[in-house]
Amino acid sequence: MSDKNEMVLEFDSKSQNESFARTVVAAFAAQLDPTIEELADIKTAVSEAVTNSIIHGYCDKPGKIRMHCILENGEIMVEVIDEGVGIENIAKAMEPLYTSRPELERSGMGFSFMEAFMDSLEVKSELGKGTTVIMKKRIGKYQSR
Amino acid sequence: MQNGTGNSRSKFSGEEDVVYEVYQRCLIIRLNGELDHHNAVRIREEADKLIDRKNIKHIIFDFTATSFMDSAGIGVIMGRYRKVIFIGGKIAVAGVNMAVDRILKISGLYKIIEKFDNVEAALKAMQR
Repeated sequence: MSDKNEMVLEFDSKSQNESFARTVVAAFAAQLDPTIEELADIKTAVSEAVTNSIIHGYCDKPGKIRMHCILENGEIMVEVIDEGVGIENIAKAMEPLYTSRPELERSGMGFSFMEAFMDSLEVKSELGKGTTVIMKKRIGKYQSR
Repeated sequence: MQNGTGNSRSKFSGEEDVVYEVYQRCLIIRLNGELDHHNAVRIREEADKLIDRKNIKHIIFDFTATSFMDSAGIGVIMGRYRKVIFIGGKIAVAGVNMAVDRILKISGLYKIIEKFDNVEAALKAMQR
């Protein structure tokens, strides 16, 4: 039998759901028995992705954010999907310190943190259609497998 | 915490998880709980009001009871830094745990702010 475990969650694009989203993913990831540090990494990365969808994807307007997580072979995959405005230039958006909305006093570190705290980061986006962020992280105790 | 005579601190309760204290021209912001984009919006407004009204020069962010912080916290610190730097003010962080420390390190913020074990040590250094 496969040890794969999958979950999908959909919630409103509201800033009070940032905490909810990262807490849910952390609780799900707990099955892999991660260290406190690994859990903090996952929470930060999820928080950044969800905040991006709220601020940039939906520009603080109503919308739905979908999260898809898979635990398999000691690895967590988190997909954060929005149907917002999309990103015109992904490479530019991912540059450290770049922000498209400086008036919000954003640090421009969102994607940098996702990259730093997860093992891999993939961003797919289409203008007017939305953005999908896919992040993966192997939990340390499975590292030698 | 002890207050010396004549050095009374004013306390301002903002959002229940955040406590602001003014000590001379130093603002201490105790970030109890989570610091994300959702909370950052209010903290920014509350802090800026105090900075302007109380003629604040230095700011100490106390992370002793902070359970979570993401890049929104970096935005809050950078924004306050830009406010006080013009009047020769300084920014310090205190009580930084491992998770917050990693975020501060990666962000490069330690180039412009100083880290102290606790608020008392930061206050002492800033009064100099």
